[in-house]
Amino acid sequence: MSIVIPQNLTPGFANPVRDAQQVFRAVLEALARPTTPQHVNVDMLPPAPLGVTVGAVILALCDEQTPIWLDPALRGAPEVSAWIAFHTGARIVEQVDDAAFAIASSPSTAPRLADLARGTDEEPHRSATLVIDACCAPGIGSLKATGPGIPGVAHWDGAGLPNEFLTQWQENHSIFPRGIDLILTAETAVLGLPRTTALNAHTDEKRNT
Amino acid sequence: MSGPRIVYNEGYLDEQTKRVVRRALLKGVAIPGFQVPFASREVPMPRGWGTGGVQLTASVIGPADTLKVIDQGADDTTNAVSIRAFFEKVAGADSTTRTDHATIIQTRHRIPETPLTENQIVVYQVPIPEPLRFLEPRETETRRLHALEEYGLMYVKLYEDIAKYGHIAKTYDYPVLVNGRYVMAPSPIPSFDNPKMHQSPALQLFGAGREKRIYAIPPYTDVESLGFEDFPFEPQSFDQSCEICESTEVYLDEVLIDDQGGVMFVCSDTDHCERTLTTRDHDHITEVNA
Ligand SMILES: [Zn+2]
Repeated sequence: MSIVIPQNLTPGFANPVRDAQQVFRAVLEALARPTTPQHVNVDMLPPAPLGVTVGAVILALCDEQTPIWLDPALRGAPEVSAWIAFHTGARIVEQVDDAAFAIASSPSTAPRLADLARGTDEEPHRSATLVIDACCAPGIGSLKATGPGIPGVAHWDGAGLPNEFLTQWQENHSIFPRGIDLILTAETAVLGLPRTTALNAHTDEKRNT
Repeated sequence: MSGPRIVYNEGYLDEQTKRVVRRALLKGVAIPGFQVPFASREVPMPRGWGTGGVQLTASVIGPADTLKVIDQGADDTTNAVSIRAFFEKVAGADSTTRTDHATIIQTRHRIPETPLTENQIVVYQVPIPEPLRFLEPRETETRRLHALEEYGLMYVKLYEDIAKYGHIAKTYDYPVLVNGRYVMAPSPIPSFDNPKMHQSPALQLFGAGREKRIYAIPPYTDVESLGFEDFPFEPQSFDQSCEICESTEVYLDEVLIDDQGGVMFVCSDTDHCERTLTTRDHDHITEVNA
């Protein structure tokens, strides 16, 4: 195993207080207004394959109290774990259900929602947040989103969602108040999907009826 | 002699505390109306405000924000003025008394009369976050009742009022059902303000500092004041208009005007009152000059 010493690590936030506030605020708005992208702008270069915006979300929200799970690609790059540990103090965990934050470097490497900690009926807040780097991911179809934060119905192409995600999400939505909350990151934006959002394929149902 | 000076601890704003609060806020938004417990150290605050609202504002605010602070409906109380000045200093934020210019509105006991917008966050100072507390003092038990969605006791209590007084006696901190799931205490706002929470375009955040609870209502979320088919919820209403600006359908305060017990009714929302008066006078002058 290679040892990474802090001198070799790239810096974190250029302005820790202001950058953390700005990134948090974007994530807050993202979860409050599901499927509406919220702008994020930080000047940072986390070690590959950790994306800039994913790195920013980790620095803004994680610390010793938040165990983090990394997908195999991120886990395979020792600089990533070292960078996260150095800048946040967060522990990297092996078991995905031990994680408060699960980080996937692409939609295809995201863990199954049912494998993550989903909280209990008494403590539904003790559930994991899944962060997927959706940078440049194509849309997966035509989706309708409804629920708190969405006036009426939002139409969305689902860019950044893993394959065969809808069934997983519908199951996640059905166990409310338990459930996973999802953050998708792009190059300069975040998009949120809290457990309250109902997602459905925009099918031909209207044409048929 | 001036009143006691309020000294805020700048350590209040340490990044560790903010992260704890921020994570709780995100869970609160994801589970509308659910009280998220958060662990943070004690922070000193002036009496009457508690720490909840200021902790939330401190965790949310940035240099791009414009902050309005109201105590009851007023922007000019000692506490409201101090809190605005504090955040101008430590967060580099602007401040305002105008509801329509604010991006964050920290409030104790009112929701502004001016309709809120999508660009706004309302931060409520909460003394008692648990709506079931007066029915069930045990925290383990109230948590279980929320988990089971067991709110029968609350309805029984409200119905007892109807049996006794012919109407529901509660006129402030009137319980609401959020997104059809959690019964929530809206903080001691008058029931007059309850309808403003329903499907609001603004994000609403609630902080109880002593009890260390955070909860939230996302924008465009159903907020229903509890009631019965035969006795539906009725917000307070006023028969008269403000004696300063002549607004109707606003929340009025009864103000003593002399030592003979004379009173007048005026807007509790001072910003609304001033702006309504200014607009009216302006229109009046325009009319006269025309
Ligand atoms: Zn008035």
